[in-house]
Amino acid sequence: MTLPLRPRRALADREDVLGAAMLGPALAYVILLVGVPFVFAILLGFSNATAGSLSFGWAGFRNYAAILADPIFLRALRNSAVVTVGSQLLVVILATAAAQVFRATFRGKRVARFVLLLPWAVPVSLAAIAWTWIFDSTFSVINWTLKAAGLLHGWLYWLGDPTLALLAIIIVQAWRIFPFATVIVLAGLSSIPQEIVEAAIVDGAGFWRRLFRVELPLLLPVVAVAVLFGVVYTATDLGVVYILTGGGPANTTHVLPTLAFQRGILGADLGQGAAIAVFLLPFLIVVAIGMLRLAHRTEVGGSR
Amino acid sequence: MASIEIRSLRKHFGELHAVDGVDLSIRDGEFLVLLGSSGSGKTTLLRMIAGLERPTSGEIHIGDQRVDGDVPPRARGIAMVFQSYALYPHRTVFQNIAFPLEASHVPRKQIEQKVRWAAELFSISRYLDRYPRQLSGGERQRVALCRALVRDPKVFLLDEPLANLDAKLRNTARDDLKRFQRRIQTTTVYVTHDQVEAMGLGDRIVVMERGKVRQIGTPQEVYEDPVDTFVATFVGQPPMNLLDAGDPSLPPRTLTGFRPEHFLPRSVFGPAEDLRTFRFAVRRVEYLGSDRYVYGSVAASGAPDATIIAKLPATIALAIPEGETHEFAVPRRALRYFDPETGLRRKV
Repeated sequence: MTLPLRPRRALADREDVLGAAMLGPALAYVILLVGVPFVFAILLGFSNATAGSLSFGWAGFRNYAAILADPIFLRALRNSAVVTVGSQLLVVILATAAAQVFRATFRGKRVARFVLLLPWAVPVSLAAIAWTWIFDSTFSVINWTLKAAGLLHGWLYWLGDPTLALLAIIIVQAWRIFPFATVIVLAGLSSIPQEIVEAAIVDGAGFWRRLFRVELPLLLPVVAVAVLFGVVYTATDLGVVYILTGGGPANTTHVLPTLAFQRGILGADLGQGAAIAVFLLPFLIVVAIGMLRLAHRTEVGGSR
Repeated sequence: MASIEIRSLRKHFGELHAVDGVDLSIRDGEFLVLLGSSGSGKTTLLRMIAGLERPTSGEIHIGDQRVDGDVPPRARGIAMVFQSYALYPHRTVFQNIAFPLEASHVPRKQIEQKVRWAAELFSISRYLDRYPRQLSGGERQRVALCRALVRDPKVFLLDEPLANLDAKLRNTARDDLKRFQRRIQTTTVYVTHDQVEAMGLGDRIVVMERGKVRQIGTPQEVYEDPVDTFVATFVGQPPMNLLDAGDPSLPPRTLTGFRPEHFLPRSVFGPAEDLRTFRFAVRRVEYLGSDRYVYGSVAASGAPDATIIAKLPATIALAIPEGETHEFAVPRRALRYFDPETGLRRKV
């Protein structure tokens, strides 16, 4: 008996056609829902378009000149940087510590891991509303706890004071990203060969030396990826600041996305809103390239 | 420098008794090899000496210090070389070797001196600025040895350090290792599953199986006077032949054992030699250059199908046709007897 042979190539044999056919939908998705809005946003930034009108006049760099002269924008730009850097710093410390804890075996580890991942699974808006209660000017559990512990004598108006409000935003952003970062760092930790850790122990390195001289350098590529994600999530996030402070008090806690939303949608000045939104792009690109190069360099063990 | 005393040491992982009551004294400056197959407990024993594993019970003394319990690895005066070498991939060779010195807060200048001295000793000075990934297996192994050496340890612990080298390199690495140990005279415990390494390197060999020590002795003692059938068949390649020869002069049910290299054609022995002869039905002859392995069976044995192997050196040119029965013999002094129930050696 001979097996029936199909004399001609079927579609499944033609990898060139198959590849294009399978890539098509994804490519269409990216072009329509990412590419077009992106180009449109850049164009809007150079226009005098307003919401409620279809006129679309060329404005050159006027929008950019206007926002660069605006103290509220400069403040928002600074806030964006402070919140992003501050929250990611916190994330790296928390995630590394949490990963060390979760590397150990202990009772209830599965439950603890589930709880750890919750902040990541909760919708941003819902979480932010919960945090507004935690930072409430009258009922703040943080204040009551500090009072009960005898550590606080005055009263902290978390969302009423510009510095404290910014700190609150950093805390919430860090809280939101750190479970994800922990999972990534945990994966990175488990990829460090056990023998290398044991060699460090036998070589006489204590916990801190092991952490800073062996584990963290080896984790650097992985941490860089986690931070890169964190930077992008945090720098582009609208929800947390919008719900927590609404940019207040007195426009002191705006970040670029909230200011863009306020100017562009609520204030109907689409051109200026787009200019604000696009402003961060070059910086994010530079950060991304820098971190990816760093990750690559450490991965291959130096650039000699 | 120090001796090591181990008393009724046990390590249980749940139901598994990885190390099951080991007593061992390792002399000062001795090269001791722990030999066993995987799962014999040899690595667990080494890790307990290192302090990477905590014993379930028993005592470990290094020098005059008792170290089972809470003495961390760094306080035991040991250095260890791992099978994978465990070099730090993000540090240069220099930084790798310097790491244990940095950890014990040796002054910069002294570190520099010490690293250069050790690198010189292992002729890797040229590679000090390179990263581990840029080195060959043999070079990495020498870096690992250097890193162990600079600590001036009382005891060297080596976990299959040659296992990742290719066969050709392994021979020279073995020679280097032995010369190095002779020179620095530091007590060394070496774990391997390779009996050739064990025989070649060890002052004494500890044969382990399922967590227990089967025999401790010099390579010669372990090879020529195995205490039981396990050691007899584990050490030696090809293994010792074991058969129930049904010899009327022996107590009933006694296993007779002899090494393949003692099992030779009758005609090569002199007339004065005291021999035990066998009718050897040859099945197959394997030509290996320096030796010929002759596979077959012996009619007298209780299990006539059991394969018996003869190892003929190339100096015996006698033709051995396959499929025929030949007269083979073993000198009586080379015969060893074992109890088939317990496997233990039986003196006759």
